[in-house]
Amino acid sequence: MTELPRITRRGALLGAAAVLAAPAISHAQSDVVRIGHLTPRTGFLGPLGEFAVQAAQLAADEVNAAGGINGRKLEMLFEDSVNPQTASAKAERYIKRDNVTCIVGEISSASALAIGQVVQRERALFINTGANSDALRGSDCRKTMFHVEGQNSMYVKAVGRALLDKGLIKGKKAYALTADYAFGHDLLKVARRFMEQNGGSIGSDDLVPTDLTDFSPFMLKLRQARPDVVVVNLAGAQITNFLKQYSEYGLRFPVAGFGFDTALAWGAGKGNFLGTWPTMWHHLLDNPAAKQFTADFRKRFGKPPENQAWGDYNAVKIIAKSMTDLKSVDPMKVVEHLESGAKFDVLKEREAYFRARDHQLMTTMYAITALPPEKQTDPYDIFTSSGPIPGPDESLEAIASTPEEATCTFPS
Amino acid sequence: MEFVFLFEQVLNGLLIGAYYLLIALGLSLIFSLGGIVNLAHGAFYAIGAYLAVTLAPYIGFSGAFVAAPVLVGLLGIVIERFLLRRFYRADPILSLLLTFGLAMVAEQALRMIYGAAPVPFSIPLALRGQIFIGDFLLSQYRLMILAVAALCVIGLWLLLQRTYFGRVVRAGVQNPDMVGALGISLRPYMSAVVAIAVGLAALAGVMLAPITGVHPAMGAEILTFAFVVVIIGGLGSFWGVVLAAIIVGVVRGIAAYFFPPATEASVYLLMLLVLLLRPRGLFGERIAKFE
Repeated sequence: MTELPRITRRGALLGAAAVLAAPAISHAQSDVVRIGHLTPRTGFLGPLGEFAVQAAQLAADEVNAAGGINGRKLEMLFEDSVNPQTASAKAERYIKRDNVTCIVGEISSASALAIGQVVQRERALFINTGANSDALRGSDCRKTMFHVEGQNSMYVKAVGRALLDKGLIKGKKAYALTADYAFGHDLLKVARRFMEQNGGSIGSDDLVPTDLTDFSPFMLKLRQARPDVVVVNLAGAQITNFLKQYSEYGLRFPVAGFGFDTALAWGAGKGNFLGTWPTMWHHLLDNPAAKQFTADFRKRFGKPPENQAWGDYNAVKIIAKSMTDLKSVDPMKVVEHLESGAKFDVLKEREAYFRARDHQLMTTMYAITALPPEKQTDPYDIFTSSGPIPGPDESLEAIASTPEEATCTFPS
Repeated sequence: MEFVFLFEQVLNGLLIGAYYLLIALGLSLIFSLGGIVNLAHGAFYAIGAYLAVTLAPYIGFSGAFVAAPVLVGLLGIVIERFLLRRFYRADPILSLLLTFGLAMVAEQALRMIYGAAPVPFSIPLALRGQIFIGDFLLSQYRLMILAVAALCVIGLWLLLQRTYFGRVVRAGVQNPDMVGALGISLRPYMSAVVAIAVGLAALAGVMLAPITGVHPAMGAEILTFAFVVVIIGGLGSFWGVVLAAIIVGVVRGIAAYFFPPATEASVYLLMLLVLLLRPRGLFGERIAKFE
């Protein structure tokens, strides 16, 4: 049943438009394995996309230096995913024209959803490295889509532990500022659930348009509401703007971020970073693999890597290792391999694996807290970190969504 | 109590209006005199911000405050002389394509030089702080922006209304052929107008760099708003643009207060409303050459 439309589409493709593409396809079969990297490189998530691209390139070069994938060279293609429509069109082009074995990347949850639909239809592999929405691991999960990036539930529960320790949840009333798109809506839902389960509440919440750069009206509203804690569910360049203006207005309410990217704190400038935030990885982690990655990245790009770089670097490495171990680039075999609980080194204390139920990478997270302004002397080392969450003796599933919170049934 | 907070938002909106003003005025000037819709105007704003970040470690924020607009003004003269000048009398679509291309080149150049991640920059220590007037909270730094913007507006108005330079420019807006027939070449005036216009955009970039993310797409972010201000104010109208900038700031503040998801959309709704009631904008003039 499902085979039929594919054959006709391929026939039409060859017959009508693929005179140019055909040589590329036959060429790709033999000596190279292609990964199509697709992530926002412009717009409000563009600042993060750059780290993603650099890290993916670094990983691919390391794979090739170590002999490639079963002797075949790994070739990376790079595209700007722009928005969900463009992301969908480019994903389709990667698969049909460039014949990539796998798509890696994305940051926007809305675009990742669109790519998920394409890979479902085309039976192609997609490793999501930056989209957090729980829905991508729940109602919108896909058999061929895997998530190196943590889900919103993991972010909230990881930083939530640090916030509980600081006494910022129980009996406290929060004011939430939330990015008004798929990611933010999902995060607000998860954050609200967490607050309520732990004896706190979100008293007021504002949805903020993603193109908003001036937060001053919201600073006045925060001052008026006098919350016990300000919950930041923003994304991309907005976080930088928020930090700069929060410090400009001299507000003193504790800040708790539920979504975060380190590069945005670095971009805020001296003394402007404050609050407690969750992250999948940061450059101050003290293990040999992390130090090596930080040194290599720094040497090549003149700045330390951050969590987004970590995601894309590991995604490329995981795919390359899986295909090498399997001696095959067949997407369905890779899916089976990843679902079997294969372990991967992801530059942390513990190895990580994908959960078969929803394809989420099970790995530790960290809560980072801004140093006091006067101690932020180095442009990058501006925070202190908690230990790994969950701790060494706990199951990695301790912070991930439970089956009740996000149910995934892979569509066939 | 409710009213006090609303009033605070209105006051804050006046401050925000000052942001858009410096960019919108330049945009309006270039369009009025040259007939060019300058889609690259936001790029000059971004370049101003990046220059501030680059120069401040050497000459301080106050040094950059002067140097960046001057440098960008000089860049404007070069671009006017070699690019814009060819398109004053051409089909507007050509200058649209040219300036759109320039904007993309500038954004990508910034990305290649400085990287896509925001570059750090903070308010100078001397200008930090808040002012409390009764129940109201005002940012000291934003008051400074307002003061500078007000000085620029007054200076520009005096330049256009009270000097020989201004008379020629205003005559050139209405009837360039007659100005030519009187033996006055508009070319040097056009260069000067572009230099002033992009210099003001750069000044806005310098002043906003400490309170907004300095990243390559920042020019594109602010340009749309500047256009909306010019359209609401009415093309060719100096005070129309000033009034529109203030109204846009206030409407935004009120929208953020009552219905935050529409903070940005409210401004476009306002534009729609104004255009329905007054198709030329609030104080738009009939400019013979564009009819």
